[in-house]
Amino acid sequence: MHNFPSRLLEKAVNELAKLPGIGRKTALRMALHLLRNPVSEVEAFGTAVIRMRQEVIYCSRCRNISDKELCDICASPRREASIVCVVEDIRDVMAIENTAQYSGVYHVLGGIISPIDGIGPQDLNIDSLIVRASSGELKEIILALPTTIEGDTTNFYLFKKLSPLQITISMIARGISIGDELEHTDEVTLGRSILNRTPYQTIK
Amino acid sequence: MHLHKIVLHNFKNYPEGEFVFSDKINCFVGNNGVGKTNLLDAIHYLSFCKSYFNPSDAQNIRHEADFFAIQGNYYRQNDTIEQLQCIQKRNQRKKFLYNKKEYDRLADHIGQFPLVMISPYDRDLINDGSDLRRRYTDSVIAQFDKLYLDDLINYNKALHQRNTLLKSFVEKRYFDAETLDIWSEQMVALGTNIFQRRSDFLKEFIPLFQHYFSFISGGKEKVDMNYQSQLHAGPLSGLMKQAVERDRSALFSTVGIHKDDLEFLMDGFPLKRYGSQGQQKSFVIAVKLAQFEYTRKVNGFKPILLLDDIFDKLDDHRVQQVIRLVSENSFGQVFITDTQEDSIRKIFDPLEIDHKIFRINGDQSGSSAGISSD
Repeated sequence: MHNFPSRLLEKAVNELAKLPGIGRKTALRMALHLLRNPVSEVEAFGTAVIRMRQEVIYCSRCRNISDKELCDICASPRREASIVCVVEDIRDVMAIENTAQYSGVYHVLGGIISPIDGIGPQDLNIDSLIVRASSGELKEIILALPTTIEGDTTNFYLFKKLSPLQITISMIARGISIGDELEHTDEVTLGRSILNRTPYQTIK
Repeated sequence: MHLHKIVLHNFKNYPEGEFVFSDKINCFVGNNGVGKTNLLDAIHYLSFCKSYFNPSDAQNIRHEADFFAIQGNYYRQNDTIEQLQCIQKRNQRKKFLYNKKEYDRLADHIGQFPLVMISPYDRDLINDGSDLRRRYTDSVIAQFDKLYLDDLINYNKALHQRNTLLKSFVEKRYFDAETLDIWSEQMVALGTNIFQRRSDFLKEFIPLFQHYFSFISGGKEKVDMNYQSQLHAGPLSGLMKQAVERDRSALFSTVGIHKDDLEFLMDGFPLKRYGSQGQQKSFVIAVKLAQFEYTRKVNGFKPILLLDDIFDKLDDHRVQQVIRLVSENSFGQVFITDTQEDSIRKIFDPLEIDHKIFRINGDQSGSSAGISSD
């Protein structure tokens, strides 16, 4: 794989191989595929990538990716701006949006606290969350972070920061997956579900 | 529960081997290096998916062979055979099958076919660092308490994060008390649970252990275990607050349940320094028998008991007491190794309990060649 007939091809392969999950063989296949396509199509591809990188900005309010100063969700009059769901990154916004069950807005932290990965509170969008929370316009903040020790620690940190303000702070429920048999649930989840049981209510 | 038959292929020194066992007492006799303990280890493999001695699965493959396989047929409740298979090929993932179906996770198997092993290596429990004693205690508790295991894993993650944070303060020349605090509080919440669970467990475990020790020793010495934990001095939250300055200069967390230890005492003195070899051996045998009894209580049925070279270093009286325990049917199926066939026969032949003696002579060329049994 060292002898490329073209330096230009080699350069393209090198760039493609930098993408996550792409090895050199796959990169070569992609490059040859692009080479076979009409120039106009490849130009459209290249332009899309370049424009995405240059023009996408982060929403000034929730730090979600956006094309405008304020993202579509924050700008929508149909969303309840007084309820904010705190998530780790943009993929979580997309996951919750896909449920179509949530009508509030978001706040994207951009990570969770983890000294091992060199991430402290100052590296996350926490200050902007505090500013939003202090505005007096929020009723509820929902913490929707990963159920790991790092996620829990970040929840705890946020709770300490936010609890002096007069806002309801809630956390997404964790427990047995819908449609699962109890006997197939792992012991840790089942055990915690018993310990953290909730009063009976009909499932929404 | 008992193991009816085991079949070995290329496991350690066995090219092939097949053994049909008594559901009571099985003795493997033979000279050093013929593979008595290897047989026990094969049985251990079937219960725990791993060797008692060697963490490298590949090193348990017979020299020059490219795989090993262990198959065991068990009876747990009624007359249905349950089959376990463990197959390790060189450079491949270990496969573990229950009734020919592979487990998704090995963790699902652990505890299903309980087993307690008593081996000369148990003296490490006395001589090694506190880490080994913590791991031993934790393994006995966690076998039946997955939430405890989860707390323990999370505690260790939080500890690792907090230690990394303490080091990064120095590297980056800043200090953030608030962030340090949230990791401390995670350790407090989890550590307090773990402390409570360890205390409860030992409250139940220590009397069992003392009962077995006084039976074996004839009540000659008084033994005890002392659960040492900084948490005896007060709630962990206060201790961690006081330790912040110390932690910052040490660059690691100096208080918490990761500093716990079990102190072994004989007549009030540390066993490690004042106990003879025979006394130390009696001590760890009593610990393991207490583990057996604890496992039986929680599980509702008797684990398999493996006794590797147990009579060495014990005086005649203590040997007699151990045999009385074994022969009085307090245990289920038992496997014993010893170098002296005569003494084993002298011990077990007069007893009424069902027993089988396997003479192992290191020449396992055929499926059962070189092995004779009563």
